[in-house]
Amino acid sequence: MATDDIYILGIYMTKFGKYPDKDTVDLASEAVIAALADAQVTMKDIGVMAAGCLMGQGGIGQMIQKQVGQTGIPVYNVSNACATGATALRTAIMAIKAGECDMGLAVGVEKLAGVGLLGGGGAPKSKNKEWTPSGRFGSVTNVDGLIGTAAMPGTFAQVGMEYGHKYGGATFELFAKISEKNHAHSTLNPLAAYSKRMSLDEIMNDIMISYPNTRPMCSANCDGAAAAVVVSGAKLKTLSLEQQRRAIKVSASILTSDPYQEACQVLPDVNTLTRIAAKQAYEQAGVSPSDLNLVELHDCFATAELVHYDNLMLCEEGGAVDFFNSGATWRDGSMPVNVSGGLESKGHPIAATGIANIWEVCHHLRGEAGPRQIEGAKVGLAHVIGLGSACGIHILEKSAL
Amino acid sequence: MTITQVPLVDYLVLGDIPHLIANECTKCGARYFDRRNACASCFATDFKKVTIVNEGIVRSFTIVTFAAPGVPVPFVAAIIDCGGTSVRGNLANVDPTPEKVTLGMKVKLTTYSLGADDNGLEAIGFGYEPA
Repeated sequence: MATDDIYILGIYMTKFGKYPDKDTVDLASEAVIAALADAQVTMKDIGVMAAGCLMGQGGIGQMIQKQVGQTGIPVYNVSNACATGATALRTAIMAIKAGECDMGLAVGVEKLAGVGLLGGGGAPKSKNKEWTPSGRFGSVTNVDGLIGTAAMPGTFAQVGMEYGHKYGGATFELFAKISEKNHAHSTLNPLAAYSKRMSLDEIMNDIMISYPNTRPMCSANCDGAAAAVVVSGAKLKTLSLEQQRRAIKVSASILTSDPYQEACQVLPDVNTLTRIAAKQAYEQAGVSPSDLNLVELHDCFATAELVHYDNLMLCEEGGAVDFFNSGATWRDGSMPVNVSGGLESKGHPIAATGIANIWEVCHHLRGEAGPRQIEGAKVGLAHVIGLGSACGIHILEKSAL
Repeated sequence: MTITQVPLVDYLVLGDIPHLIANECTKCGARYFDRRNACASCFATDFKKVTIVNEGIVRSFTIVTFAAPGVPVPFVAAIIDCGGTSVRGNLANVDPTPEKVTLGMKVKLTTYSLGADDNGLEAIGFGYEPA
C-alpha cells in the first residue's frame, strides 16, 4: 500500500426504516460508534470529522460529538443535497490528503419516514389573493404545477423520458422492469427498508405518482444513518494485519457540480456531471468500467437508473435500454447494479445514502455480504447525485493483503 | 387606462400574439428566463431581450398524478424545444394520458386565465397545445 493512498478502515450503516423513538443524533451515534468499532479505533484516533443531515438544523456534527466523544477536532458540517454523505466522506479524505491528519470520520443521517413527496409545492405568496410579481422570474404565484413540475418524481421521470426521446426504447414497462430487479435484489438485504419481491404487474399497477414512475419505482423515504472511518496508507501500515486485511482502498474520490448546459435551467441535467465524474474516477483509479464487479448507483427513481448506466459508461453511449434488457445489471449478470435493492427498496435517508452505498460495496469487497455476496468482488463503484447539482463517485478496491 | 391583466411570469409577454422572451447573453448567446447577475456559461454580464418562437416539439414529459397539496392533478409537465431554446411548461388541451401525449409531438404556445385577484387584476398563464 502506498503511503499517500486512502483506505476505508471501518464502516457501518444502520438498518434503514422507521425509528419513531430515535432522533437523528441517536441514529448517527449508532453509526459512528459501530464504524469506530469496525475500524478498531476510538474517537481519540480521529483527526477530522465531516457530518451531514440535509433536512436537519445546522451543527449536526457537534451534536453527534456530544454523544460519541468531544475531542476538539475540526468538524465540517456539509450539505450537498442527495450527495451530502459522499461530500462528507470526501471532505474527510481531502483533510487526510492535505496532510492535516491521518484518520478521519464521515457520517450522514436523515429522518424521512412518512415525509412524503419531496420538492415542489410551497405556500401561497400572499394571504390575500393579489397578483404581485416577485422573485427572479417575476411570478405572481407559485408556479409548481402551472409551469411544469418541480417535484422529484416528475423531474426524474422527465430525465428518463428525455433519454427515451433521444435513443428510443424507454417504455413504461422497461422502467418498471428496472424496479422489479431492484426489489428482487432487496430480498437478500436485511438492512433494506423494504425487502419484498414485487412482480412486474404489481409494480406497473401500483399507484401512479408521475408517469412513468409508480410508487415502488420511487425511492423510499425512511430513517437511517451511515458512517465511515478513513485512514492514510502511511497510518494503515502501522496498524494490525487484521485492520490492513479488512481495509478497503479508495481508488478514486470525485465530486463534481453541473456545468452549464443549454437546457439545465428547465430540467436539471443529471447526465453531464455524472459522466464527467465517472471519467475522472476511472482515470484516477486506473480502472475501466469493465473492471467493475458491482455498482451501487443513484436510482432515486427507476427512470434515473437507466440514464446512469450510460453516464457511468457501463454500456455504450445510447445503449442503456439494450444493456438492461441483456440482463447485465441483475445480480447474476455481467455488471450487477444495486444488489442492495437500491434506493427504491433499501431506502433513501438522504444524507446517509452517499455513505451507505459505499458500505454496500465495501461489504462485498471484504467478502462479508452473506447470502447476497457477489463472489470474488475486487472492484466496485458507488455513485450519488444530488439536485442542484452535485455528483459523488467513489471507486473502491479490495485490500491486496 | 388601468392595467387589467398581468402575466404569470415576467418572461411571458401578453398582447395580440402572446410569446415568451429571454435574457440572452450578448457574448455567447446563452438564454435565461430569469434575471441573471452574470452568464453561467461565459461569465459575461450584458444581456438583451430576445423572443422565443411559439412553436416547438415535446422533448420530454411526465404525467403528474400525485403532487404537493394545492397543486391540481393530473397535469402534463413537459420540456419543449422551441427552435433550440428549451422551455418548461404544461401541455394544454390534450388528454393527460400516455396514449395522447407522445415524445416528439408538435406543440404551440397558448394562454389561459388564472382568474382575477381581489383588485380585479387577471393573471394570464401559458402552456403548450398540440399544433
